[in-house]
Amino acid sequence: MRPPCPVPVQPERTNVMRPETEAQLAEAIRDADGPLQIVGGGTRPVGAALDGAVLETGALRGITLYEPGALTLVVRAGTPLAEVEAAIAAEGQRLPFEPVRWGPVLGAAGDSTVGGVVAANVSGPRRVQAGACRDSLIGVRYVDGTGTVVKNGGRVMKNVTGYDLVKLLAGSWGTLGVLSEVSFKLLPAAGAQATLILPGLTAAEAVPALTAALGSPYDVSGAGWLPGVGAMIRVEGLAESVDYRAGRLAVLLARFGRVVDERDGSAALWRDLGEVAPFQGATGDLWRFSVKPSQAPSVIARLGYPVVLDWGGGLIWALVPEGVDARARAGAFTGHATRMRGQGPGAFHPEPAPIAALSAGLRAKFDPRGILNPGRMG
Amino acid sequence: MQMPTPNPAVLARKADIVARLRAQLPADAVIDDPAETRAYECDALSAYRCMPLAVVLPRTTAEVAAALRICHAEGVPVVPRGAGTSLAGGSMPSQDAVILGLARMNAVLEVDYDNRFIRVEAGRTNLSVTGAVEGDGWFYAPDPSSQLACAISGNIAMNSGGAHCLKYGVTTNNLLGVTMVTMAGEVLEIGGPFCDAAGLDLLGVICGSEGQLGVVTEATLRILPKPEGARPVLIGYASNEVAGECVADIIRAGVLPVAIEFMDRPCIRATEDFAHAGYPDCEALLIVEVEGSEAEIAEQLGLIRQIAERHNPVEFREARTEDEARRIWLGRKSAFGAMGQINDYMCLDGTIPVSSLPLVLRRIGEMSREFGLDVGNVFHAGDGNMHPLILYNANKPGDLEKCEAFGAEILKLCVEVGGCLTGEHGVGIEKRDLMVVQFAPADLEAQMRVKDVFDPAWLLNPAKVFPLPASESRRAA
Ligand SMILES: Cc1cc2nc3c(=O)[nH]c(=O)nc-3n(C[C@H](O)[C@H](O)[C@H](O)COP(=O)(O)OP(=O)(O)OC[C@H]3O[C@@H](n4cnc5c(N)ncnc54)[C@H](O)[C@@H]3O)c2cc1C
Ligand SMILES: Cc1cc2nc3c(=O)[nH]c(=O)nc-3n(C[C@H](O)[C@H](O)[C@H](O)COP(=O)(O)OP(=O)(O)OC[C@H]3O[C@@H](n4cnc5c(N)ncnc54)[C@H](O)[C@@H]3O)c2cc1C
Repeated sequence: MRPPCPVPVQPERTNVMRPETEAQLAEAIRDADGPLQIVGGGTRPVGAALDGAVLETGALRGITLYEPGALTLVVRAGTPLAEVEAAIAAEGQRLPFEPVRWGPVLGAAGDSTVGGVVAANVSGPRRVQAGACRDSLIGVRYVDGTGTVVKNGGRVMKNVTGYDLVKLLAGSWGTLGVLSEVSFKLLPAAGAQATLILPGLTAAEAVPALTAALGSPYDVSGAGWLPGVGAMIRVEGLAESVDYRAGRLAVLLARFGRVVDERDGSAALWRDLGEVAPFQGATGDLWRFSVKPSQAPSVIARLGYPVVLDWGGGLIWALVPEGVDARARAGAFTGHATRMRGQGPGAFHPEPAPIAALSAGLRAKFDPRGILNPGRMG
Repeated sequence: MQMPTPNPAVLARKADIVARLRAQLPADAVIDDPAETRAYECDALSAYRCMPLAVVLPRTTAEVAAALRICHAEGVPVVPRGAGTSLAGGSMPSQDAVILGLARMNAVLEVDYDNRFIRVEAGRTNLSVTGAVEGDGWFYAPDPSSQLACAISGNIAMNSGGAHCLKYGVTTNNLLGVTMVTMAGEVLEIGGPFCDAAGLDLLGVICGSEGQLGVVTEATLRILPKPEGARPVLIGYASNEVAGECVADIIRAGVLPVAIEFMDRPCIRATEDFAHAGYPDCEALLIVEVEGSEAEIAEQLGLIRQIAERHNPVEFREARTEDEARRIWLGRKSAFGAMGQINDYMCLDGTIPVSSLPLVLRRIGEMSREFGLDVGNVFHAGDGNMHPLILYNANKPGDLEKCEAFGAEILKLCVEVGGCLTGEHGVGIEKRDLMVVQFAPADLEAQMRVKDVFDPAWLLNPAKVFPLPASESRRAA
């Protein structure tokens, strides 16, 4: 039995702005006389509470352009993720990077906005095959800290005209600019999927099996491990092709243990993995490690706490007792760790001094007054 | 095409600067004999040439850092260079600039199949990255047509693409990390064999920055297991519109080919005369390639055939043997050579929304008549990246200028219909002055501020990418 979800604590909303157009957004930022907290989806209780007026993007809403034949979508940043997913699903398409909802595991109500997804560069299990959110993002419009509207990239899939600020804005957590519009390249949704489950394996034992699957030519689109389920390997595509690849993978993976070919429950398993369902409502801090996959077993062992694995072991979610510095406990590893739920400083991974200096330099250029989510990225 | 006036102070101190470089670097790493530096006066945009101040060919990251520290202290501009195959003038020097060439740094540093990456010195050629792993059944996906010659460092700087990027993405989607030296000589490790940046995605903005933010000396690249097989089909249509509709229908149907290439009649004719690939005589030709096992290939090609036949093709040819597959690709792969046989040509690289294809091809045809210059179109149709090849005669006075004016009109049209100036070749000097067509002053300002952070003195490849008037105050400072 999981304890119930913690009730989101509403921050005191003394000063909330909700621009309806990009021009209003620019005006709000230009006229701001202090720090701004940028809010996409709605109730946001997690992370170090920021000071300042609240700037909500939710009224910047709607799809501005959708061309299914060109696999491209342009959408205002405050549009709920669900609205986007429904519109493109109606044309048999999807966002390649499989955006996941962390609201439930972080104890937040409301739905993510596409701007929030981009600002956090949130990618789901399919990242191992289709890349991250930033890899599907082909254009942005944003307002920088001076209130200036800037566009970069566009609505076409291939574009090397000037610097790629699109990537820089993805994952910048609202500290470089407030996104007003984002463009994605899409993919056809898969007709069929299958998940091969190896129920007997522990998290550490799962990693070599996931590695073998990802090193095969069978175009694996998910490779993770859930407690109580086991190692999971997904293939997607045309029906006959899925049958073929699932069959071949079952043979390949037999040396790691018993293999079950799951079809009906497949989609639900990956939703659970993406949303880190086992840790929803559980007490403790939540950490997210991005590591070189072959190091996952040793990191898991040193942590010694419950984990969920994704990305072939390259992504480790760990549920640790409140206040424990999981990053320190994990010892030396190649990658980085973020505390997703929990209090105190150090949520984001410390950067080497020269990198931190470049990042600070960029923030100072994009947001010279330091008013956009100051301190959000540590 | 203009270049800024070279810095007279630098030109005057040439001997001192070369001596300082020689004092810090191995004897054979510094070249200033004009007979030898001539090889570096241009890249593949050979209409524009300029002799550099000197050429430095380091063997290690430490030597790159040493050279940069000296140039930084002396205020000497530096133009990084891979293999010099840029079609945009990206690695063309200026008279006061040192060329920093990566050609001697081409080692494989680490191959790791479990974590699916390879780490190489960045001067290594694109094809030899795949060469290092293909014996074990792996490959590096981005495959520019120049892959035999071009270096990974140039690919990173230009964010190069290839025929198969519809499925596998371009360089930025396959780049995990770099070792990069800043203009001040500081060595940075950015990214690595793990997913996503810890903080801001610096790697994302370094890729595609055309050698203006730092000198990349090592790269960690994603490698992939090779698919079991691949097969192309050739589909001929009586009009560009119908071929365009077929492309959109294939994409909508949920098949994801690894490549969809498009050629128009002038290009088909030229390649037929040149390569005798046996292409049908038609207005538009598609080459569609799919991957997988035998059964998977058959399943996908079955679907593609159904879609293609709905549009009444004049020909649908499926490769049944290796040789037939080779012949289908032969014409496409020799398209540039074939056009070059007819005359000098300029290769454009704009991208358009796929839906605008018929309109854009029609307008290019009209402009071709207005300018009196022939043009052929080869095209990565799946992603809208066009390569119009404008034919001109370099020996005829005024022809190059006319060709450039025609090219500029085509690129403006690409922007007008919602596309961009360059899909994979980069801006360099070639499209620098057209940037104002696509970007407002604030958009360019935001990009230039990034360079301000990485290279405050604007010494790295300074006269590229941004229109000279826009960057002038920074370059002069
Ligand atoms: C350290 C950390 C803290 C997190 N905190 C939360 C949290 O408090 N709540 C939550 O639901 N998820 C949180 N997540 C997960 C992630 O934000 C969500 O999965 C998803 O992005 C939520 O979308 P949203 O629209 O609700 O965005 P929000 O949670 O409102 O915003 C996510 C981030 O993006 C910024 N942002 C939102 N919209 C824009 C925009 N248009 N332009 C620029 N920046 C924008 C916000 O300022 C914030 O930094 C956190 C993740 C990490 C690593
Ligand atoms: C016949 C032909 C076909 C082509 N086909 C394609 C194609 O299909 N797709 C495609 O995308 N391109 C193509 N190109 C263009 C060209 O090959 C690419 O732009 C390639 O990536 C350039 O690599 P290079 O090593 O030759 O770079 P160079 O020409 O040497 O340099 C290119 C840019 O990279 C910078 N640079 C080089 N090394 C470094 C470094 N170490 N650090 C920082 N910056 C550096 C330079 O300053 C310059 O701005 C083609 C070119 C030719 C001639």
